[in-house]
Amino acid sequence: MSFALLFEQLLNGLQFGVTLFLMAAGLTLVFGIMNFINLAHGSLFMVGAYLALAAANWTGSYLLGVVLGLAGTLVVGMVVEVVALRTLYDRDHLDQVLATFGLILFFNELVAMIWGRAALFASVPPFLSGHIELFTGSSYPLYRAVIIGVGLVVAVILWYVVTRTRLGMLIRAGATNRTMVAALGVNIRLLYTVVFGFGAALAGLAGLLSGPIYNVQPGMGELILIQVFVVIVIGGIGSIRGALVGAIIVGVVDTLGRAFLKPLLGTLISPPAAESAGPALASMLIYLLMAVVLSFRPQGLFPAKG
Amino acid sequence: MLEVKGLTKSFGALRACDSIDLDVKEGETHAVIGPNGAGKTTFISQLAGNLRPDAGSVHFAGADITSLPAPRRARLGLARSFQITSVYPEFSALDNVALAVQAHSGHSFRFWRAARGDPALVQPARKVLDEVGLGERSHVLAANLAHGEQRQLEVAMALATEPRLLLLDEPMAGMGIEESQRMIDLLARLKQTKTIILVEHDMDAVFRLADRISVLVYGRVIATDVPERIKLNEEVRKAYLGEDL
Amino acid sequence: MNTRLILWGIAVLVLIALPPVVLAVGQPFYLDLTRRIMILAIAAISLNLILGYGGLVSFGHAAYLGIGAYTVGIMGFYGITSGWLQWPVAIGASALVALAIGAVSIRTSGIYFIMITLAFTQMLYYLGISIAEFGGDDGMRLKSKSLFPGLIDLRDPVAFYYVALGLMLVSVFLVYRIVNSRFGMALRAAKSNEARTRAIGFSPYPYRLAAFVIAGAMCGLAGALYANHTNYITPGLMSWQQSGDIMFMVILGGMATTAGPVLGAFVLLLLEDLLSAWTQHWQVILGPLLILSVIFFRRGLAGVFYKPDA
Repeated sequence: MSFALLFEQLLNGLQFGVTLFLMAAGLTLVFGIMNFINLAHGSLFMVGAYLALAAANWTGSYLLGVVLGLAGTLVVGMVVEVVALRTLYDRDHLDQVLATFGLILFFNELVAMIWGRAALFASVPPFLSGHIELFTGSSYPLYRAVIIGVGLVVAVILWYVVTRTRLGMLIRAGATNRTMVAALGVNIRLLYTVVFGFGAALAGLAGLLSGPIYNVQPGMGELILIQVFVVIVIGGIGSIRGALVGAIIVGVVDTLGRAFLKPLLGTLISPPAAESAGPALASMLIYLLMAVVLSFRPQGLFPAKG
Repeated sequence: MLEVKGLTKSFGALRACDSIDLDVKEGETHAVIGPNGAGKTTFISQLAGNLRPDAGSVHFAGADITSLPAPRRARLGLARSFQITSVYPEFSALDNVALAVQAHSGHSFRFWRAARGDPALVQPARKVLDEVGLGERSHVLAANLAHGEQRQLEVAMALATEPRLLLLDEPMAGMGIEESQRMIDLLARLKQTKTIILVEHDMDAVFRLADRISVLVYGRVIATDVPERIKLNEEVRKAYLGEDL
Repeated sequence: MNTRLILWGIAVLVLIALPPVVLAVGQPFYLDLTRRIMILAIAAISLNLILGYGGLVSFGHAAYLGIGAYTVGIMGFYGITSGWLQWPVAIGASALVALAIGAVSIRTSGIYFIMITLAFTQMLYYLGISIAEFGGDDGMRLKSKSLFPGLIDLRDPVAFYYVALGLMLVSVFLVYRIVNSRFGMALRAAKSNEARTRAIGFSPYPYRLAAFVIAGAMCGLAGALYANHTNYITPGLMSWQQSGDIMFMVILGGMATTAGPVLGAFVLLLLEDLLSAWTQHWQVILGPLLILSVIFFRRGLAGVFYKPDA
């Protein structure tokens, strides 16, 4: 195992982590501020991927596809919020879980009806394909590097909004004490819609960025959603900082585990045994990590409600 | 029976309880009074185990219970009634009290025998309900009881655990004159056999029932004395400016 | 009270009479369908214990279906086909896993608890997929049905049907006894008002954990039955879609009622069967139906017939 290989996998982990962060940031705010558990967040990820792909195919331009995909996801998110989710804010978590589960079924099937069940191929646009030179000497796909870049830029923007703007102050206040913010006369409905819209846009962005890397197919959102949950549990509900730290940790641990656990085990136990134990253990890694974090920090690493 | 030393609790910049010393003798009825926001409920919550103090200690019958969780304290004989009614709304009054009896009857890992028909639970529960005056209403769902009856149920549940010390947080909250009178009579009966810490605003009740009174203002105990001397205490009068003592 | 017993009596009689009737009219499909519904009803009954009565929103309950099923499959794979060995091990394995997951998860509450139970189930799902030896993603075929030589032959569809019916009724009865016992009352009290429960001297954790283990074990039995029913075991049995399905059965039928989970299982699965015959995109209809039922139909179907057990 060379350092170059390790570094490359580290970057992959960072790329995955950044994707997780884009999903986790919106979701953790919705959890923290609105005390609303939204299982359909993964559906927005999927919608983003599909809309961007469809728009790019229709207009022939990747960038137009990105813009339309983002806008479309934002619209879908807000429509869903107003039509279906508003009635659920006051309900208990069980109702929210069930209703958003119904939404998942609906969206997955809708997407299958429009675009079919087979995985679609989303290609990396020409100006983003190609490789860059790493300091280790090996080359790294430009597209993945771009994802890392975009993610970090979003993180910085979010940090700025949350810590330096009035909206951000309301968000932070809402995450620590929702009822107080409402009592202070803030238009809570509008705040909720804005927060939800934020989250939807970020999820859509994550989806359209992931299109060329993972398969664009019905149900793609749920696969990543549960990992996003792990991120939020580790990072702490309601905290963007927690989402970022958690996402990077989960992304890196998962990627490195999948890449190196099997060969690592192969040196300790017999290769055939490592053949099945390796991937099995690797896929369980982040959940074991979650269990460990929970045992000494049940609220996560950086919970908003300290 | 109860020894509190230096109990302190802050919420951020707010010192809800500031180095409170208090002791309660066995068989005593000790009232804790003070203006709103004085920290009375915070104090009770720390005694009952719902809040962890920042500093100080609580000793109950000689044992240090400062870091014991609420269920443990309840099993040691410390019973609490809540200021805001906290019962099981979907269960009948009898079921409510029977649950309290059950909590006191060892472990509940019995999976087969129906709890509702068990005389070991039902008989003591009925007895307690009669004692507080809810005997006729045992089958009514707690949610359907009148407010005053619910307050009585609160006390009943505390009683059913056969406590050595009763922590009563404003048992008469929200009650009318007749209901309050009934509650005072009940407490006067209980007073003879139980040790009670009573947090109340109703001064009538306080002066009728208390053996000693502690006055809490802004988290500090400004006076602890027998009722007659508390009435005459300058600082207490200042704290209750305009109130009829 | 008497109405309930009468309704139950009628329902049981109908279920007992079903096999000869459907066979006489030449529709064995309904035998299969009803058997499948009853097996999944056992899973719903077990979830009702912790969800309906205990208030634990566990979104990972299908994990135990998978554990039960895979235990039967894996033991059969290695030549152990006796049901007397397989089924207790299936139940025991499910109980153990429930103990492990519950011990960690029940310390948390609210949104955390939901996400954590979901995450652990997913972990088991990935575990199931990655063990290629047992079919991985595609699943594994059951080598032989669980054998109970001399007692019953599960290869006989009617005999198997009655086994499922019997076990379902036993499950209903068991949960009924449990929730009305001292244990059950303590569990329900903790759901109703946790602060009050702690104040009278109960610590909710051990009771919730015990209920979680019992529910897991019962669901493991359902899994063992399910493996025998489908002859094929896939990781999809442990998916969260499956968990969501079981949850819906409990809610639809009416939480914290004796008949709820059974009613819910029948209604949901019959509905799914009906809709899927109509269009392959039936989920696009089922999804919104479920949403609407949550928004408007809070008390569930059993609430239509009688008030929930108080």
